[in-house]
Amino acid sequence: MSFILRRLGAIVPTLFFVSVMIFGLQQLLPGDPAIAMAGEERDPNVVAYLRGKFHLDEPLPVRYGYWLKGVVQGDLGESVRIQRPVTELILEKLPITLELAGIAMAIALVIGIGAGIVSAVYKDTWIDYVANVFALWGLSTPNFWLGILLILLFAVKLGWLPASGYVSPFEDLGENLRSMILPAFVLGNALAAVLMRHTRSAMLQVLSSDYVRTARAKGLDERVVILRHALRNALIPVVTLTALQLGELLSGAVLTEQVFSIPGFGKLIVDAVFNRDYSVVQGVVLFTASAYIVLNLLADVAYVLINPRMRA
Amino acid sequence: MAAMAFADIALPRELSPGERALRRLLRRRGAMVGLAVVVFFVALAIFASWIAPYDPLATSWSAVRKAPTAAHWFGTDEIGRDVLSRVIWGTRASLLAGLVSVGISLAIGVPVGLLAGYVGGWVDMLISRITDAMLACPFLVLAIALAAFLGPSLTNAMIAIGIAATPAFVRLARAQVLAVKVEDYIEAARAVGNSDWRIALRHVFPNIVAPVIVQATLAIAAAVIAEASLSFLGLGQQPPAPSWGSMLNTAKNYVENAPWMAVWPGVSIFLLVLSFNLLGDGLRDALDPRHT
Repeated sequence: MSFILRRLGAIVPTLFFVSVMIFGLQQLLPGDPAIAMAGEERDPNVVAYLRGKFHLDEPLPVRYGYWLKGVVQGDLGESVRIQRPVTELILEKLPITLELAGIAMAIALVIGIGAGIVSAVYKDTWIDYVANVFALWGLSTPNFWLGILLILLFAVKLGWLPASGYVSPFEDLGENLRSMILPAFVLGNALAAVLMRHTRSAMLQVLSSDYVRTARAKGLDERVVILRHALRNALIPVVTLTALQLGELLSGAVLTEQVFSIPGFGKLIVDAVFNRDYSVVQGVVLFTASAYIVLNLLADVAYVLINPRMRA
Repeated sequence: MAAMAFADIALPRELSPGERALRRLLRRRGAMVGLAVVVFFVALAIFASWIAPYDPLATSWSAVRKAPTAAHWFGTDEIGRDVLSRVIWGTRASLLAGLVSVGISLAIGVPVGLLAGYVGGWVDMLISRITDAMLACPFLVLAIALAAFLGPSLTNAMIAIGIAATPAFVRLARAQVLAVKVEDYIEAARAVGNSDWRIALRHVFPNIVAPVIVQATLAIAAAVIAEASLSFLGLGQQPPAPSWGSMLNTAKNYVENAPWMAVWPGVSIFLLVLSFNLLGDGLRDALDPRHT
């Protein structure tokens, strides 16, 4: 409990610096921020409205105070382009990205952990070699390129899956899954490679430990030794890593959603960038960073909960 | 007499740590292949104007979206530009982005990490919290946000990637300094009256260089992908200047009719990133034998 409280205490200054950094992004805008935000037309009424709304005539710390007060109350500002609260936009788009990230995570876990176990058990054989090549491929392939290649193969050549677009699961679950398979695989590909490498290294460490040797010496079936004795311990660091990688999935979703035209969280930030909708950009970055900090905390707590040695 | 006999025996010269690391690196086949491919791309970037068969910006309405032929090995794009020439010229943007952005990260991250680790106290606390805050933003999201606010261009993309990658170097340098500064030779350097500056620069810094080099090599791979990603989103190299990421952005609209437009820029990114990853892995094994 004291560990959790200490961790909670440590995230407060981190969140403070995150807020300062994201507020500071606005200062990077060349020239007058109100003019930059007003878009091409630079309508004087809009400029005056924005200057008043963002307190641009006030000193910087005062502006930060106003902004932070809103953020603490769940007000991330308003989209200049579509005149809707940023929080509302994020909450509208987030479920789509979470679904994509969830399926991608499931694919990555199955492929990554499976390949990691097999690679460790058959160390230095051709199976291990193939698994390592797969990991290097996953780590070196830009996911937007993989997406284009898979569209070419499965949508254009074979016609099995849709090339792009999104269907809500509440409208048609089957079509929803069909539209999600390719993007989820693309998003999960790099994560599978990371998980494979970590699982392999953790399994190799555990497989050479004394208790595994004891389990083998007392005549246990090799499958039981690997799955019940070795894997359970090897998975402890992998669980932590998996939670941390959810943040990376949100990042990867930006590109994947762009390739497959999925109207999620990632597309929201890209569209906002091109519409010069800076409140939305700030809101999305703040939300992502906060989610990452919370996931980091949960990963630490999970590590303590599933590792009996840490509880002592 | 006995002394003379000993003098006649030719003892092999003891290798320096650097030479031993180089020998270990040369024995790693993956790293050597990676290095060869990197050298190949560097040569492409430097000699692009001699190697490229066509002007990468020259359009030809009579050769729009032509499949690969003897005249255009990689085909042509949507306005008749030679894809091979654009891929060759695109190497410049990718390598430049990789090297400059990692240069920015090194120039900021290593001195700041050195300061945090060596000085400690509130300076370390402040730097560590700021680093944590930056690490809390996923790398690409932070780079997109920075590029968005700075404005879309290759220069701004390099600055954005460099800043987004800096906290990893701060953390690495700090951790290495914390490990090194408790060593006996640092204590000895202090005991003989060296100033803090001298100890930090002459005794601590050389001992943290190896892991920084490994991290820098792997960071170049990440920066190449990040530049391609930003250019793919329209936040990096601006058209008509060639860049692998922006070429893929255009190619995705013509997957059905001109799939060759999507193949070669992607293959180039993959090969360059893979090579830096192989080289980085090899350097890590060579510079830190405990790792293997």
